[in-house]
Amino acid sequence: MERSTIDLWVGLFVVAGLGALTILALKVGNMGSLTGNETYSISAQFTDIGGLKPRAAVKSAGVVVGRVADISFDGDKFVAKVTMNVEKRYKFPKDSSAAIRTAGLLGEQYVGLEAGGEEAMLLSGDGIKPSLTQSAVVLEKLISQFMYNKAAEGGSPK
Amino acid sequence: MFNRGAIINFRGVGHHTVDNVLRLGFATRFLVLTILHSGTCFRRMHLITRELYYTGVLSMIIIVVSGLFVGMVMGFQGYQTLKTYGSESALGVLVALSLVRELGPVVSALLFASRAGSAMTAEIGLMKTTEQLSAMEMMAVDPIARVVAPRFWAGVISMPLLAAIFSAMGVYGGYLIGVVVIGVDEGSFWAQMQSAVDFREDIVNGVIKSVVFGIAVTWIALFEGYDAPPTAEGVSGATTRTVVTSSLVILGLDFILTAFMFRGI
Amino acid sequence: MVEIIGVSYSYDRRRPILTGINMVVPRGKVVAIMGISGSGKTTLLRLIGGVMKPTTGSVIVDGQRTNELDRDGLYRMRRRMGMLFQFGALFTDLSVYDNVAFQMREHTDLPETMIHDLVMMKLDSVGLRGAHHLMPSELSGGMARRVALARSTALDPSLILYDEPFTGLDPISLGVTRNLVRKLNDALGSTSIVVTHDVQEALDVVDYVYYLSGGKMVAHGTPEQMRASTDPLVRQFVWGEADGPVAYQYPGRDFREELALV
Repeated sequence: MERSTIDLWVGLFVVAGLGALTILALKVGNMGSLTGNETYSISAQFTDIGGLKPRAAVKSAGVVVGRVADISFDGDKFVAKVTMNVEKRYKFPKDSSAAIRTAGLLGEQYVGLEAGGEEAMLLSGDGIKPSLTQSAVVLEKLISQFMYNKAAEGGSPK
Repeated sequence: MFNRGAIINFRGVGHHTVDNVLRLGFATRFLVLTILHSGTCFRRMHLITRELYYTGVLSMIIIVVSGLFVGMVMGFQGYQTLKTYGSESALGVLVALSLVRELGPVVSALLFASRAGSAMTAEIGLMKTTEQLSAMEMMAVDPIARVVAPRFWAGVISMPLLAAIFSAMGVYGGYLIGVVVIGVDEGSFWAQMQSAVDFREDIVNGVIKSVVFGIAVTWIALFEGYDAPPTAEGVSGATTRTVVTSSLVILGLDFILTAFMFRGI
Repeated sequence: MVEIIGVSYSYDRRRPILTGINMVVPRGKVVAIMGISGSGKTTLLRLIGGVMKPTTGSVIVDGQRTNELDRDGLYRMRRRMGMLFQFGALFTDLSVYDNVAFQMREHTDLPETMIHDLVMMKLDSVGLRGAHHLMPSELSGGMARRVALARSTALDPSLILYDEPFTGLDPISLGVTRNLVRKLNDALGSTSIVVTHDVQEALDVVDYVYYLSGGKMVAHGTPEQMRASTDPLVRQFVWGEADGPVAYQYPGRDFREELALV
């Protein structure tokens, strides 16, 4: 076979391969939606994060505004500290609240941010007030609480 | 204590062990030599281009067709299973994650081993049998630099590209069946996929896997060919060994890589 | 050109392949190494090509001892050497043209136009200029041998080694190849060593014959001397007698004993 024909086919092959990789990155993966945008980090403390994992979504009003960067345990206060990277173009008031929510009944867990009413905005490195965070709803706890209530109802004299 | 038979059996075990360790040593030396003598083929890129044609371009049809079909089958099966839990919209996630993380790299490596790996072994074995390699040596041209190294790099380069094509075709096949044929909501198909598939964790890891498989398969194929006894049976035996060994090594390596990459996530 | 002094070679101590070989190949001559199959001819050729190194003794090619050369030195030596393998050993993935051009492209920086002219000259000298576009699989055995001959002389080597160049050829191709060996040697002013067991063909073209048997050099002389030799070993070989010092029967038990007649 002629060398130029081989070169043409190999060129097509390499372009197809790289094209497939690009499609995977942009269309299948989350490359298109986030990376490239600059972010700032804020933190929040939770008494229970449930099944939250690094790189989980941070959503506000259902829109993805950032990603969980790091999860650590605060040994002094015995709470979980969640650091989030939020896109620079989204600003949130100082008194915004954060909650760990679940997508659907059994879906992935994410952090939901709800904007407050203050004038001052959260800056990089700031934390959300501990009183404004809401921990994950753990299904087992919910069930046992429900059972306990039922038992208490059943046990009470009529 | 031991009867004769047992002693002979032990001897057999020892013999095999020594043999295999020796072969592994030769194979490692071969790989190191190949990498050290890669200068020639990087200076003359058309040597690699030529091999890219034989390993990559000629494997493309089987990869495209298999990828499409695997994706379509997953579209059907995934839908059946997910429907039971009422979460058909997660079909995109299921198809994309299984392809990008596992099926893409593994199945395309298995296909690559039987399509291109066996051809490589047979070709080099035949070159050895017909004294082409000795002839090259007598012409003061190092066969490792001229014959082995270009094939090695062509294999290492084409494997991740083939795996990416396989995964992309698979996702498309899943989309065809899931969205076009069955009628899962298109928006949630892509949106859930995009929120669940992470570029670094899933796609890059898949690419790393396929590069590792590419190195392993090409290495095995080239070594088996180079080491084949210069007879017809020798070459055919080596070709079979290439396919069997590479398949086992791909699956074993996949387990190890998966254990390291997706541990606890 | 080539001098072999007291060379012995063995894979292991028990089975010596060659013992105490002495041989001189003067510049410009065509010398044959003859012997029956398994007598160590090919091994001797490989020692000269530096593929293997002698266990004892020394092989001196063009003033250089092959035992002392490292890989680069060997490769430098081989650039001035051409070798024709038994069945040609053409590169099956390259065309006839590319086969002949192979060494020129690997070892020189000649422009492609000059390579074209050189390749055509080489192919013309073996009468296959018109076949330059064919692949080796499309050639007959005799043509493949001639292309291989053109390839091994591509860089005008000063020493050409032939490993069984006449095996498996029809009478016409055989005659052509035989004459080419002589013609190319004289045209290039090089030295040739031919390993063969095709006695009559070789005796017609060579200047001197070394006869190997069982790894030892048992006789040598000009073709006339060999033909006239009274040595029973040489006689049997040159005239192709079935029985003689080289026994027809493979060593075994007594025949009558084998048939249980005794």
